[in-house]
Amino acid sequence: MSDVIKLRKGLDIRLKGRAETVYGQAAEPELYAIKPTDFWGLKPKMAVKEGDNVQAGDVLFFDKQRPEIKFVSPVAGQVSAIVRGERRAILAVVVKASAAPAPVEVGKLDVASASRKQIIEKLLATGAWTYFRQRPYNVIADPDVKAKAIFISTFDTAPLAPDYDHIIRGNEQAFQAGVSALARIAPVFIGARSTGASKAFTEAKDAKVTLFAGKHPAGCVGVQINNVSPINAGEKVLTIQPQEVVAIGKIFADGKLDFSRVIVLDGSQVAKPAYYRTTLGAQLTTILANANLQGSRVISGNVLTGTKVQADGFLGYYDSQVTVIPEGDKPEFFGWITPGLNKFSASRTFFSWLTPSKEYDLDTNTHGEPRAIVVSGEMENVFPMDIYPEHLIKAILAKDIDKMIDLGILEVVEEDMALCEFVSTSKVPVQRILRNGLNLMIQEVG
Amino acid sequence: MKALRNYLDSVKPNFEKGGKYEKLHSTFEAFESFLFAPATTNTGGVHVRDGVDLKRVISMVILALIPATIFGIWNAGFQYYNVIGQADSATVVDCFLHGLYIFLPMVVVSYVVGLGIEFATAQIRNEQVNEGFLATGLLIPLVLPAGVPLWMVGVATAFSVIFAKEVFGGTGMNIWNPALIARAVLFFAYPSKMSGEAVWYYGDAVDGHTGATALAQAVEKVEPVSFIDAFIGIMPGSIGETSALCILIGGLFLLLTGVASWKVMLSVFVGGAVTALCFNQFGPDTPIAQLPWYDHLVYGGFAFGAVFMATDPVTSSRTECGKYIYGLLIGFVAIVVRVLNPGYPEGMMLAILFMNTMAPLIDYIIVESNVSRRKKRAIAK
Repeated sequence: MSDVIKLRKGLDIRLKGRAETVYGQAAEPELYAIKPTDFWGLKPKMAVKEGDNVQAGDVLFFDKQRPEIKFVSPVAGQVSAIVRGERRAILAVVVKASAAPAPVEVGKLDVASASRKQIIEKLLATGAWTYFRQRPYNVIADPDVKAKAIFISTFDTAPLAPDYDHIIRGNEQAFQAGVSALARIAPVFIGARSTGASKAFTEAKDAKVTLFAGKHPAGCVGVQINNVSPINAGEKVLTIQPQEVVAIGKIFADGKLDFSRVIVLDGSQVAKPAYYRTTLGAQLTTILANANLQGSRVISGNVLTGTKVQADGFLGYYDSQVTVIPEGDKPEFFGWITPGLNKFSASRTFFSWLTPSKEYDLDTNTHGEPRAIVVSGEMENVFPMDIYPEHLIKAILAKDIDKMIDLGILEVVEEDMALCEFVSTSKVPVQRILRNGLNLMIQEVG
Repeated sequence: MKALRNYLDSVKPNFEKGGKYEKLHSTFEAFESFLFAPATTNTGGVHVRDGVDLKRVISMVILALIPATIFGIWNAGFQYYNVIGQADSATVVDCFLHGLYIFLPMVVVSYVVGLGIEFATAQIRNEQVNEGFLATGLLIPLVLPAGVPLWMVGVATAFSVIFAKEVFGGTGMNIWNPALIARAVLFFAYPSKMSGEAVWYYGDAVDGHTGATALAQAVEKVEPVSFIDAFIGIMPGSIGETSALCILIGGLFLLLTGVASWKVMLSVFVGGAVTALCFNQFGPDTPIAQLPWYDHLVYGGFAFGAVFMATDPVTSSRTECGKYIYGLLIGFVAIVVRVLNPGYPEGMMLAILFMNTMAPLIDYIIVESNVSRRKKRAIAK
């Protein structure tokens, strides 16, 4: 029997617009993009030029420092644009599809008889190595480093997050094949929901399964790592999401490189929130036809950690969710003294805490202005890790590297601390501060 | 409302850089965001945010102070009529009106001086005006005796805002509770005016009526005021501190809204009660040491300090575990000062200021124990 870890701290943000477990219909888009900005600290080097023809699985760009790490095209077609930003940094490589997306033959590999090296090489060759992210810092994994463990969180507790039990249905064998392949690289740890989780997760072989009960961020892989096998100085841990595990399973078991992904489109601005079958890097236009975009914000990812994208933007590399919520760019008269029955708050200063199951239509308003930190304990209440979040944030602001390490910066990434930012009375930009701290660490410590 | 919004938008350019009233930018901004929650949206990081902000939290503190304030106003008037020997003939309305006559100028002085300094520093620093003083400005007159001259209210407010808060960087950065610093400044800078009996009431006393506080009397005789009288609070004292009942109502509201930490509040009372009980059992045979433990909690500024002062999150311990230690020690130190230093019976203010100073040390020890535990984790493997 697996262990159950109960997390008392946390907060479920109850948003309107949760998706039923049904699939919606949307046409395949024409454009697909891989965005180097989805990978922290990546310095891309282009392998193609605008106008080049590519096949699905062909290299678009690679990591300048480690050329063996390749980023491949999810479709066959023509490189229609290389979007550049400030100082000519590459923001996106856009491919115009010439055919409908389809899996690519890459040749099977028997996991049981293959060596660890062969498995890693296969992943590097197919571009699937980029599905891993490495902690500390949440960066592209280094294939030469022997990771302590690979962690997979099989449930997402973020607001309106997709249900992986539903997404995985039909791909249970591929998931197991993926886990077995990963187990050859490093010991695999799976975190699953304590109730009602798919057997593909709870009874996975070649992995140690831990069950988690609790509110968000119980589904965050960083929280699970901290509670199961925390990262100590010098250790590296890889993380990967369930859909990517399935894709890896298909590479080894079927010899197919499959870029198809399932995403959920939800949020209060979506009339019929539902799941959609799409492809890695797909342009969101066709799916967003099902949402009200007037005065809305489109987020690739969830409302806590996602990225704001335009209506003709692209799905983020690691995202399985697109959320559409109203913009909150309207002033509110005497906003600070109303009883606030329609305002969601982790504090009890709004009397909405009297209605604990109500769902809210939250907009993007900041609900206040930035201040020095005053209220204490609010971040601790939503942060189920053996770390003092406020002290860590202050150490980062002071740029005190020794203290940052002591206080646990190596164990956290933005998504773990996103709720600390949400609840902050003083509107502290926690994720930005943390990313600055992580960048400073990469620069000074490596 | 729409007209007001349009008016604000039309005059706004005057207050922006290069405008006529550029120097009043922070002031304008403060009033604008007071009327309208700003229309700013989240960029980078989270896309939705909690509804709460500092204005909301401070509003809750002010709401919680209302019962104690109303009672304090009435009591200030009543004590006035009491010392001039007309307590029997004065009606509730008389007492309340005279209380207002005493209290209102103190509040006005406190807010005008304090907010003036706050607005000016915000403008100099090119920052937004912080809401913190809106609570402090009410707390200062509430912790002062009714007989304090207005110029002293002004001096104390100015000193505390400048030297206890702004020099450290403003609200959120201060080490000591500004309202208590205001009171402490007056006690130590003007001892002749702040001690004795005369300061506790307003006006000239007639013979046979004393303005001495319960605590001052307790030095000489055991239980000078009964528990129930002290709990209701019809006795001389600082304006807001006498009624434990009204303070508790405010305290319950603070706990209900989650603004104040129950850990701090509870531990202050527990720390005080246990210490007083120890003195009752093992202490010297002086009247104040033999004062029953429950009386200690309702005499003087103990309840007010526990509910409104010790719980100030900025100056209290910031770790959850530290809050228990911080609170218990406040209760302990307050009673020790009261009992062992009869020359200065009001120990609560000193206890809180002392523990404000110690709070970072408590947090340091707790955070360091976490750090060393986490380091051991790496070695144990």
